[in-house]
Amino acid sequence: MANEGVNHGRRRFLTATTAVVGAAGALAAAVPFIKTWLPSAKARSAGAPVTQDISKIETGQMVITEWRGQPVWIIRRSPDQIKQLPSLNSRLRDPDSKNEDQQPKYAQNGYRSIKEEWLVMIGVCTHLGCSPKFHGEIKPEPFDAEWKGGFFCPCHKSRFDMAGRVFDGVPAPTNLKVPDYHFVDDHTLVIGVKPEGAA
Amino acid sequence: MLSTRINTAVAGLQDWFNYRAKAFGPMYRKHMSEYWAPKNFNIWYYFGSLALVVLVNQILTGIFLTMHFKPSAAEFAPGISQAFASVELTIMRDVEWGWLVRYMHSTGASAFFIVVYLHMFRGLLYGSAQKPRELVWLLGMLIYLVLMAEAFMGYVLPWGQMSFWGAKVIISLFGAIPMIGDSLVEWIMGDYLPADATLNRFFALHVIALPLVLLLLVVLHLAALHEVGSNNPDGVDIKKHKDASGKPLDGIGFHPYYTVKDLFGVGFFLTICAFVLFFEPTVSGWFLEHDNFVAANKLVTPEHIKPVWYYTPYYAMLRVVPDKLLGVLTMFGAIAVLFFVPWLDRSPVKSYRYRGWLSKVLLGLFALSFLWLGKIGAGPGTDPVETIIGRVLTFIYFAFFITMPLWSKADATKPVPERVTMHD
Amino acid sequence: MIKHAMTKLGLTLAVALTAASPVLASSEGNAPPAIGTRADNIASVQRGAKLFFNYCVGCHSLQFMRYSRIADDLGLSEDEVVQNFAAFTNAKIGDTVVSAMPEADAAAWFGKAPPDLSLEARSKGPDWIADYLKSFYVDHSRPLGWNNKRFPGASMPNVLWEMQGIQHAEMGHAKEGGEAHIEGLKLVTPGTQSEAQFHETVKDITSFLQYVGEPAALKRQSMGAWVVLYLAFFTFLAWLLKKEYWKDVH
Repeated sequence: MANEGVNHGRRRFLTATTAVVGAAGALAAAVPFIKTWLPSAKARSAGAPVTQDISKIETGQMVITEWRGQPVWIIRRSPDQIKQLPSLNSRLRDPDSKNEDQQPKYAQNGYRSIKEEWLVMIGVCTHLGCSPKFHGEIKPEPFDAEWKGGFFCPCHKSRFDMAGRVFDGVPAPTNLKVPDYHFVDDHTLVIGVKPEGAA
Repeated sequence: MLSTRINTAVAGLQDWFNYRAKAFGPMYRKHMSEYWAPKNFNIWYYFGSLALVVLVNQILTGIFLTMHFKPSAAEFAPGISQAFASVELTIMRDVEWGWLVRYMHSTGASAFFIVVYLHMFRGLLYGSAQKPRELVWLLGMLIYLVLMAEAFMGYVLPWGQMSFWGAKVIISLFGAIPMIGDSLVEWIMGDYLPADATLNRFFALHVIALPLVLLLLVVLHLAALHEVGSNNPDGVDIKKHKDASGKPLDGIGFHPYYTVKDLFGVGFFLTICAFVLFFEPTVSGWFLEHDNFVAANKLVTPEHIKPVWYYTPYYAMLRVVPDKLLGVLTMFGAIAVLFFVPWLDRSPVKSYRYRGWLSKVLLGLFALSFLWLGKIGAGPGTDPVETIIGRVLTFIYFAFFITMPLWSKADATKPVPERVTMHD
Repeated sequence: MIKHAMTKLGLTLAVALTAASPVLASSEGNAPPAIGTRADNIASVQRGAKLFFNYCVGCHSLQFMRYSRIADDLGLSEDEVVQNFAAFTNAKIGDTVVSAMPEADAAAWFGKAPPDLSLEARSKGPDWIADYLKSFYVDHSRPLGWNNKRFPGASMPNVLWEMQGIQHAEMGHAKEGGEAHIEGLKLVTPGTQSEAQFHETVKDITSFLQYVGEPAALKRQSMGAWVVLYLAFFTFLAWLLKKEYWKDVH
């Protein structure tokens, strides 16, 4: 075995090239394996958009439906409840819904919805995933003497107003999440699909 | 200079490591850079490393399959089990890329046996089982045995028609054992027919118990090999001629010479496998059988019940022997006799290159009988002429081994050279 | 270009392999004639889908095929698929294809429930399916008045008879002590389609069932060429590397 006359440059180049090409192939081969962990067609079909008839929901009432295994609240707010919203701004952490992850663009407004009257929201506390309780009446509550209606999480005492906006000084970091939804007509709501033309 | 810095850093890391793991350096040298392998390996010597590659493939793809497979014979829909649906609906359709993982596993299973059979034939061809490599051969045979059990249990898991009836037939073989046969069969199945309990225990054995045994045996197989050193196509002992430093003159470091050579072999092999996988993954019923696309039905036996190709030589023997116990004994005997090759082969030379025409003819005849039996076992088995041919071939198969001590000793030999003769 | 050529080569080899199939060839003395369907003939698969949902889904389900997958793969909108293909059922787009007929009724009408066809093309093969669909003939001894030359005693009637017309069996002479066998089938009442047109109809249905048997086949073949090319390139590099290192070995 003689090592004289070995072209070390060529040897290094070939070693490096083969290693790089091989590593690229191994990486590409890893992609399908990683993707097998994505929600399967079955899971996606179970998470398909949900249609909800809202004609029977009365003012002040909340209906809970399920979308992607999570509770979705549909609430028909009373004019009183809506009127109170701006007055709470000073007590909230993100009154203007500046955190864009928590609602679609078309619900980034003072009442966090498409139509003032209808609040559609994922009923999962942004703190650690419990489902807050609905306290819609405007009356003093043990947890808040100046309660103007909203949601109270039994797990870690986070509070949200009637637009799902989080109060200052509670553990939950952000407002409750608003899913994509749209109105097919005045009586029908579809959760999981944004309105036509919406970004 | 950046390169100097990198070199210093690498050297530093090596020092750090060597200080903390003193045994690793010598181990690396013993098994890789200073494992002196004969320089005249030919194409037959690729299959060992290829088997290792396939083993890794089976383990990786197998792990991902277990994430979606449901080992349950419970009903998914009328006439369809959870297990069958989890393969054909969940894995093959619902899970993204699930089909690829499954085909890698099913193609890998057949590829495993192809390389293992070629690897074993190489052993016969070059006398690799002879002294001092008896232990290597024995451990290899154990790997083969475990591999067959592993593949059989894997084949049962999708719970298709062939899975179910294959399980039934193969487990029933144990019923041929006098006295305890029937109770043994019930014990294996955990029921009175292959059922949910059978599927569950086969799953456990297939995904964890047997793979652990397999890995252990592979490590021992390699350790035993590295103790005595590799044989070669000339059957020459390269340790007889060493240089001053104790390195065999005809030996080269496994790393880098055989790592790069085997890398080429792996690339070539994977290219062929990819061709099969992407263009004809069932290989027209050879790798994935048509009847296994039908969910298990315990009331209807498929028209042609036969195992996957890698068992068909033995299955043919079972079928051509007109007696249950004798057939089962023949079948298991055909595997058992392979264990004795190191002591049956009495030839003074290792490699067939230096044996006479008789040995060559007989080895060829043996290979032919194995392949032909495989073909017969894969067929419907209804042709009476074929049955007679099958008996003749079974006779040849056994005669080859049983008379081996006689002919291997009596056959003429050519002088074996002192040093290896050729290499690329 | 290269990819196309590779795919073609791959498929050609695959066909050659199929021809070598031991089991299919030896199991039936009268192998069904090759129908020549291809899973990548989307137009044919689409026509086949329409035919399937008109004529077959009344009795046969596709338990392993989701409507949404059909929509995706065949370039149809989800609404189209639900309206046209899932009519008379309350299936949703993400569901698997159900038959419009309740299982219990099916068993009562046909003796046993009509089989699910998700994997029919994989277990029986496209050629068998096509030949089966063409081989119905009138047989008054059967409960529904139909029998099938490819699959004698089939409990299914000829649902395509309006297009195909009505065939009668031409019996050969019975051998001594044996039963009379069918020599051939003869069209006695023409249907709305010519023989060539009906052949295409059958081919379309078969194409669709072949697609349903393995919906991943399209992706499999199209990416296969790239994988093989990559591996061939890697092998070439490894070969160069090996040659380089083995210059040391004399």
